[in-house]
Amino acid sequence: MNGMNAMKPALPSRISYAECSARERLARLLDADTFHEWLPPAQRLTSPHLAQLGVPGAFDDGVAIGCARLAGHEVFVAAQEGAFMGGGVGEVHGAKLVGLFRRALRDRPRAVLLLAESGGVRLHEANAGLIAVSEVMRALLDARAAGIAVIVLIGGANGCFGGMGIVARCADHIVMSDAGRLAMSGPEVIEASHGVEEFDARDRALVWRVTGGRHRYLVGDCDQLVEDDVAAFRDAAIVALDSHRPLTLPALQDEHALLQRRLHDAGDAIDAPVMWQRLGIAQDERAPDLAVHELRALERIGEPAR
Amino acid sequence: MSNPAPALETLSYAFPGTKPAGPFAPVLAGVVGSGNLEVLLEASAEPVCRFDVQTSARGFGSIWEAVLGDFQRRHDLAGVRVSIHDMGATPAVVGLRLSQAVAQLRTP
Repeated sequence: MNGMNAMKPALPSRISYAECSARERLARLLDADTFHEWLPPAQRLTSPHLAQLGVPGAFDDGVAIGCARLAGHEVFVAAQEGAFMGGGVGEVHGAKLVGLFRRALRDRPRAVLLLAESGGVRLHEANAGLIAVSEVMRALLDARAAGIAVIVLIGGANGCFGGMGIVARCADHIVMSDAGRLAMSGPEVIEASHGVEEFDARDRALVWRVTGGRHRYLVGDCDQLVEDDVAAFRDAAIVALDSHRPLTLPALQDEHALLQRRLHDAGDAIDAPVMWQRLGIAQDERAPDLAVHELRALERIGEPAR
Repeated sequence: MSNPAPALETLSYAFPGTKPAGPFAPVLAGVVGSGNLEVLLEASAEPVCRFDVQTSARGFGSIWEAVLGDFQRRHDLAGVRVSIHDMGATPAVVGLRLSQAVAQLRTP
């Protein structure tokens, strides 16, 4: 090594989670070389519907499932590929997720990790996709009821929307990056059904303000906010291994009460910072622009300032 | 009544090769997305490199044959089955994904 190189400051070796494919995330997030895939691409468990519509399928139907180790603990894991049909859940894709959760009931891993990136139901597969998503919710809740922690990571460019948004909120713990988005109806859907006055889907800053990780973290919809960095997601997932929340009626009633208060106090807010004002959180007017580590110091729903 | 959706085109080629890949775990490169493709390499017992292409862009058989033939001229593989799902990738992207898949094959 010559003198010039030795003078260079060490650059942080940050790898963008958003830029990674589903399989790259699995390779980098889990303990090295521990991922064992079930129903791998060579088994060709592809969609029975897409070819009829003239659309090419994927060998894994857009999701990789398997078991692995995370900080030495056995985990089950699924990773959705957002670049294939926006991560849409078709019949096979959904069945793979359901099978993963059902197998978790039998084998009892420490946790199930869901690396979610999905626009929701794959519309090409219509009813089959809708049924698949509802079965995923049921299987996820069964795993939780059996005491297995379900952890959802959201940081892909396609976000986590539609049925998968509901699936995510069924989990014990959600980790998001600033770039991640979580919601039910996507921006284009809201604009199409309620008009551009209600929501301008082309206003990207608005879209991220009301669906992005920053907002979800402040209002308590996600548990950890991290940088767009695979290593940060890994660290957060390890912390979340202990996050199991009992699935009980009182817990559900508490959550309903919190949502009811939120709707009452801020239901008519037209933008995220307005909502924060009404809810008495993140009063700092710079909150929309703060760095992630600064934002984490602010008071948020369900947690006082640190 | 509207026309049925255009069917996918399926193309198959087999080129002789002299360098057997030997046994290897299946390798996947790329993702099926607009202008992109996925390439799956598997070991086979045949003394050829076989290509099975499923593509949404119809009518480009001669270009596929040229791109895949060029790939095989460079690598001269035998005992390999290449399966491709394509969504309108350009020849350059096809070549890139094939090269990525072969690179993975050689770094176990």
